[in-house]
Amino acid sequence: MSSVCIYFHVHQPYRVKRYPFFAIGEDHAYFNNSDDCDLNNARIVDKVKGKCYLPANRMWLESLERHPQLKLAFSISGTALEQFQEYAPEVLASFQQLVDTGRVELISETYYHSLAFLRSMREFREQVALHRKLLYDLFGVTPTVFRNTELIYRNDIAHEVADMGYRGLLTEGWDHYLGWRSPNFLYHAKDRPSLKLLLKNYKLSDDSAFRFSDKNWAAYPLTAETYGDWISAVNGSGELVNLFMDYETIGEHHWEDTGIFDFWRAVPGEILKHPDNDFVTPSEAIARYRAVDEYDVPHYLSWADMERDISAWLSNPIQHDALRAIYEFEEDVRKANDPALLHEWRKLQTSDHFYYMCTKYFADGDVHKYFSPYDTPYEAFIAYMNVINDMKLRVADALARAEQAPLPAQEALAEQTLTWKERLRRFFLPQYD
Amino acid sequence: MQEHSVYPSMKALMFGWEWPPHNSGGLGVACWGLSRAIAAEGVDLTFVLPRRVKASAPWAKIVFADLSHLSPEMEALRERLFSGYITAEQYELLKKEYPELAHLQGSLFDEVLAYGINARRVARLESHDVIHAHDWLSMLAGIEARKVSGKPLIVHVHATEFDRSGESGMYNGIYHIERMGVHAADKVIAVSNYTKQILVRYYGMDPARIEVVHNGIDQDDTTVVQSSEEVMHALKRRGMHIVLFVGRITMQKGPEYFLRAARRVLEKRPNTVFLFAGSGDLERRTIQEAAYYGIGDKVIFLGFMRGESLAKLYKLCDVFVMPSVSEPFGIVPLEALANGAPVIVSKQSGVAEVLNHALKVDFWDTDEMAEKIIAVLEYEALRSTMRDNGKREVFGLVWKKAAEKCNRIYETVVQSFYSQGTKKAG
Repeated sequence: MSSVCIYFHVHQPYRVKRYPFFAIGEDHAYFNNSDDCDLNNARIVDKVKGKCYLPANRMWLESLERHPQLKLAFSISGTALEQFQEYAPEVLASFQQLVDTGRVELISETYYHSLAFLRSMREFREQVALHRKLLYDLFGVTPTVFRNTELIYRNDIAHEVADMGYRGLLTEGWDHYLGWRSPNFLYHAKDRPSLKLLLKNYKLSDDSAFRFSDKNWAAYPLTAETYGDWISAVNGSGELVNLFMDYETIGEHHWEDTGIFDFWRAVPGEILKHPDNDFVTPSEAIARYRAVDEYDVPHYLSWADMERDISAWLSNPIQHDALRAIYEFEEDVRKANDPALLHEWRKLQTSDHFYYMCTKYFADGDVHKYFSPYDTPYEAFIAYMNVINDMKLRVADALARAEQAPLPAQEALAEQTLTWKERLRRFFLPQYD
Repeated sequence: MQEHSVYPSMKALMFGWEWPPHNSGGLGVACWGLSRAIAAEGVDLTFVLPRRVKASAPWAKIVFADLSHLSPEMEALRERLFSGYITAEQYELLKKEYPELAHLQGSLFDEVLAYGINARRVARLESHDVIHAHDWLSMLAGIEARKVSGKPLIVHVHATEFDRSGESGMYNGIYHIERMGVHAADKVIAVSNYTKQILVRYYGMDPARIEVVHNGIDQDDTTVVQSSEEVMHALKRRGMHIVLFVGRITMQKGPEYFLRAARRVLEKRPNTVFLFAGSGDLERRTIQEAAYYGIGDKVIFLGFMRGESLAKLYKLCDVFVMPSVSEPFGIVPLEALANGAPVIVSKQSGVAEVLNHALKVDFWDTDEMAEKIIAVLEYEALRSTMRDNGKREVFGLVWKKAAEKCNRIYETVVQSFYSQGTKKAG
């Protein structure tokens, strides 16, 4: 018996506009580019909606109807959900439709798709809680399995996630840590046997996510039948095939004319042709299978690049400086007690901002590998740091205000909190209220 | 490498105009670097200069077109009396041949014409497979040599009159010589796509006949100060941020845009100093303008600088800016990068095509130029990242790459030239 777990990641950051130094102290809108360019968040959501989200959701909805055994899993970042609500409510509605089938599981993550775990565990936990709340509010579900930003993993992250009560976690199945072992089994975290790990089968996942439209690839063009055969070949040597990828690979990275939609439409049927195959969601996989071994990852692991480390987000001095700058005033932002300001500060934590500052792709002159709405990594850094400087001024102002006046929240709290005498009186003598 | 066996040693006859250290601009430096790298590719190189100067290059045979032996005193006298030992008849004959040039006046044009006449003799004496002429000053020499030897001509365009004086320059004699030269050539090499576009747009060239070969830089070309101790000392002493401009102070180099950006930067960052290293016909006006803007104390004019002292400036400055209005290539930013300065270059330059780790800005967008200057000064991490990556990048842009490309062009040009010839003969 071998089960297939298909999981898609959906994410859109709030891209920072080209914010000039001369705007510091005057312009407090950071994400409102409205030009015809790739910094315009509304425009991007609209573009990806037409190419990927709506047609792909429709395709999966039909497939779920056609194959009652089909199961799927999605993680949708908070910043993506927020932008769907704002710019494309129909996308949110179609995801809700998918979840309502009862066969689509939602995975937990940080609301802001952030790297908070690098600097502040408090911030990390709060963002996870915000995302849980958002999933409950929008979909009426509570997730039990976690995925960290870009599947970044290390033993200590697993410990934190286990302590938060999660039963499972998705990450990369990388040969360096697996050794001779296969990713096609369930594993558990080091020193936390209660936290089960689903490891991405990167070979099979990348066949459809990256290589699908590569004409120089030996297996091009990949058919659903071949793909189904490859997956079925795991039977006998594995229990669980984890196909993890970005949802935008369907229609956005591989355009519709590559045949990607027809491919995915046919894949479930091809997998089910083999009588021993079936589909599971991550939480079902955890319930059904036994963890065969411990997955020990002492250094940061991610699903990005050949390096599978975090150098795409944190390797050069500008990235380190930007990360330092954003977490440097965490205390002050909290003290300022301004929910809107806190929310904007958190939007600036999204990992994509740091990715845009990466120079390692740029160094080889291989600029094509590098997806960025900015001309150069330096421009990304300049816009980001100018925004941070403006935000620092706002936080300082808010702090000054907060010191002058009692916090409105505390006032409200003082009104609500009754003395024990008053509570007794109300309980026993309600008629006098 | 095997192609070399087809042409056991490619013989190139290269016409230049100046040679370091007797050079006034980038052309001599570029010819020096390129010729050395081409010779290293196995090409048998003869380099022609218009007149006798103290020039040495172990990698090439240096030949002077004007063979006159004169003492310096006589040389000066000769320059005052005549332009070379060429009779007026010869001039008139050449002028008849090129009616566009008939109205040209001035000693520079005479020199160019003399070079053309002398080139005939050089072409007869020096055996070669291909002729390679640099810029308008040597184009006529190249054309004449081609007539004599019948070998293919490659014209290498480092700059055009359009860069030097804008559209207004398109009616003077230099433009005519350039136009004639590029059209007479069997192949044209442009130093950038930017220059290629100018040749297509303003010189009516067929883009298929133009190849782009970017300039390079070799580690030992640039004067890199070895002892950084002294520099570090100076760095600690100064309390100011330094923004550097290096180049001739002429319209082409965009000093006025630099000044406007400076004014804007100083609004936000008064502790900044702007240095001009260079001189030129706009120097006086630029000084006056700085005073008019009320930033005269923050703008310093150092005059022409070279060698060690210039290298020190690169090391001392916090950011180097090249605000050129039109720059076919622009080798100065490469020198700045090699010396560890973060670099901002105008988008109207060829060098912008080859640099990834530089900030790029339209020369006219002085607000954006100021933005970028401020950002580099403001964010230490940005400076160090641009420095490190830029330095690594610049030493990858070696002349060797340009030479390899030139050698390939030689081979294709010679090959197609002879295959055409045999067809005609048959």
